[in-house]
Amino acid sequence: MLDKTITWLTDPTHWAGPNGIPVRLFEHIAISSVSLLIALAIALPIGLYIGHTGRRTAFAVNSANLWRALPSLAVIAIVLPITSSIDPEFGFKVYPTVVAMVVLAVPPILVNAYAGLAGVDRDILEAARGQGMSERQVLSRAELPLAVPVIATGIRSAAIQVVATATLGAVFGFGGLGRYLVNGISQNDTGQIMGGVVLVALLVIVTELLIVLIQRLATPRGLLLATTASAAQSPG
Amino acid sequence: MKAVSLEFRHVSRRYADLVAVKDLSFEVPAGKICVLVGPSGCGKTTSLKMVNRLIEPTDGQILIGGRDIMAQDPIELRRGTGYVIQQVGLLPHLTVGNNVAIVPRLLGWDAPRIKARVDELLALVGLDPAAYRDRFPAQLSGGERQRVGVARALAADPPLMLMDEPFGAVDPIVRERLQNELLRLQEQLAKTIVFVTHDIDEAIKMGDLVAVMDVGGVLAQFGPPAEILANPASDFVARFVGADRGLKRLSLTCVGDLNLQPPGDDFRPRPGQPLVGRRATLKDTLSQMLDADVSAAVVVDRNQKVLGVVTYDQIAAALHDGGSGAK
Amino acid sequence: MLDFGWMADHLDDLLYRTIQHIWLAGIAVGIGFVISFALAVLAVRRRATYGPILAVSDILYTIPSLALFAALVSVTGITLLTVEIPLVMYTLVIFVRNIATGFDSVPADVLEAANGLGYTGRQRLWRVEVPLAVPLIVAGLRLAVVSTLGLVTVTSILGDSFGGLGFFILQGYSRSFPTELYFGAVPSIVLAVAFDVLLSRVQRRATPWARPLMGTTV
Repeated sequence: MLDKTITWLTDPTHWAGPNGIPVRLFEHIAISSVSLLIALAIALPIGLYIGHTGRRTAFAVNSANLWRALPSLAVIAIVLPITSSIDPEFGFKVYPTVVAMVVLAVPPILVNAYAGLAGVDRDILEAARGQGMSERQVLSRAELPLAVPVIATGIRSAAIQVVATATLGAVFGFGGLGRYLVNGISQNDTGQIMGGVVLVALLVIVTELLIVLIQRLATPRGLLLATTASAAQSPG
Repeated sequence: MKAVSLEFRHVSRRYADLVAVKDLSFEVPAGKICVLVGPSGCGKTTSLKMVNRLIEPTDGQILIGGRDIMAQDPIELRRGTGYVIQQVGLLPHLTVGNNVAIVPRLLGWDAPRIKARVDELLALVGLDPAAYRDRFPAQLSGGERQRVGVARALAADPPLMLMDEPFGAVDPIVRERLQNELLRLQEQLAKTIVFVTHDIDEAIKMGDLVAVMDVGGVLAQFGPPAEILANPASDFVARFVGADRGLKRLSLTCVGDLNLQPPGDDFRPRPGQPLVGRRATLKDTLSQMLDADVSAAVVVDRNQKVLGVVTYDQIAAALHDGGSGAK
Repeated sequence: MLDFGWMADHLDDLLYRTIQHIWLAGIAVGIGFVISFALAVLAVRRRATYGPILAVSDILYTIPSLALFAALVSVTGITLLTVEIPLVMYTLVIFVRNIATGFDSVPADVLEAANGLGYTGRQRLWRVEVPLAVPLIVAGLRLAVVSTLGLVTVTSILGDSFGGLGFFILQGYSRSFPTELYFGAVPSIVLAVAFDVLLSRVQRRATPWARPLMGTTV
């Protein structure tokens, strides 16, 4: 199995053309990024608003949790006929997957944005207000920085979710790395399947590392020190 | 169950890099309260936990009623020893009644006996069984929780009770009330109790015997509170009990213990002189006298009949006549 | 647009596939729970194992389901094992973390009191730790059931003998027959949501002695 994988991966024909690895990789990354950005644009503002003001929390958290229950394949399937009748070309292959990815990425971002802000120690905020910061300054200088770790974890989760759903899109004709998996199964081509698996796994790892890096950079230094200190102390 | 004696014989507890308890030896007669008191790091809690083998001694022997604890099964030992801790540790998913019933259940008592015992104990600690039996710990105040903790420890009528800073987590008013209730219970039950605290005043109030421990697990002095206050064995003990140990000793004696001469029939208390009952401590009496700026206090009984007069000289004498340490 | 006549004709198939769907998910959740429970107890008793166990399950979680199913095809063919192994693995990720966190959430003073009262280790586990871990265990159960129900639809790529309601989705797609597509998609969503609501009720009932928990973060 291992040699079939290596053979497939090193075959130059697999790196060229419309079904080549670069193309599929690009499709996968492109659709993932677009969907994640859309999800962020929807979920972050709502989540931050709820977390900061404390309004409508139950409703938001419950509906977000409900959204998490939706099976990805089914969501793609439902959207498919609708969007394909609107736009035969992209509506068939691209939009359904994008919609499903956005639908699944919104809950983790939203819930964590809310929880991140809500979890900031109220005493700290009161101290900030007491020092004379305006509401906006309290939000931007105290609340948000302290909420970064939790929010980032939500985005990380959403990113993984998005990459996974993009693979599913292949079942409905979308390209991306999932194409190799679906084709491999129907053609009974172990090399292609395992090649696809390796590529997907690599992409996921890279995505994870990238987001962890961004998370590190965005976390205020004081928090980083605090968490490493407590991690060192809590071996139990 | 009849109370038992407790003995520590050269008990030590060593860890890789430090000695928590060093060569601890003392004996507590049955039915007495022994308080372990000292600063942080003196090993008092470690010593307590060695009695029910939550921590095992590295050296020495601990004897309960003459029997070496190492010869007993630790689980049996714990079921036969009451244990009360500062946070109480009531099981949150059980009702108050079921919490109190834990050890009887573990011992296999039958249901009617358990129920009767639970109600008996709740009443004993001052909680109406009908009202509290079915409540959950989350619905209780700190003081109520502590009482349930004590009831739970008493459930199987153990001969020995271990208490680790049991009143530390409540406010001073509740604490005083709980201390008084424990002393009242003790009059009734006469259990052997080992009580850990960092508060010297609590130690003096609660203990029949006090073991003052120093950092490093060393026993600095062991004896009745009056003895420790009157004759501290070292600078450490003297500092620990405080420079006001003289005053503290006064809190150990009641005016009723003094030689009171009833005055003649024509005696009238002077204006400002405080009236105190027989049970008032010398310390409180002294304090009232200083407050009122008078030179004597008048001792009366429940019917306001004058029993005698207490002066500054008498109080000072009480302090120096060899210690009438009766409480 | 939708052929309701066709739907009416195929109600038996719908029932069959629904039962298959629940059955495939049920096996995975059941096995996954038992394994995870044992792993969680191990992780809490021996702290050293906690980190590695979590790390491994986290890695598993990030592998997209399609990839995992596809990878197994070359090893175990198109069999129940190919379906269940990935499904069980994904439940492990959720369960181990939730159960272990559940045990961790038992306050230290409660454990100390339990020891002092004279519970044996086993009694303490079943009579104190497990009951107090129930809220988080149930939360994990809810998440695992719902996500497994979703993943079962993906198993349809393995062929006709699996897939549950996903069977209709794939069939409808390959035959360009929207009716069948919805015949599978809508019930699978309804099924997942129904279990989610049901289990959220159970979650709320599971803790009569505490205040309700907030929605858990990811």
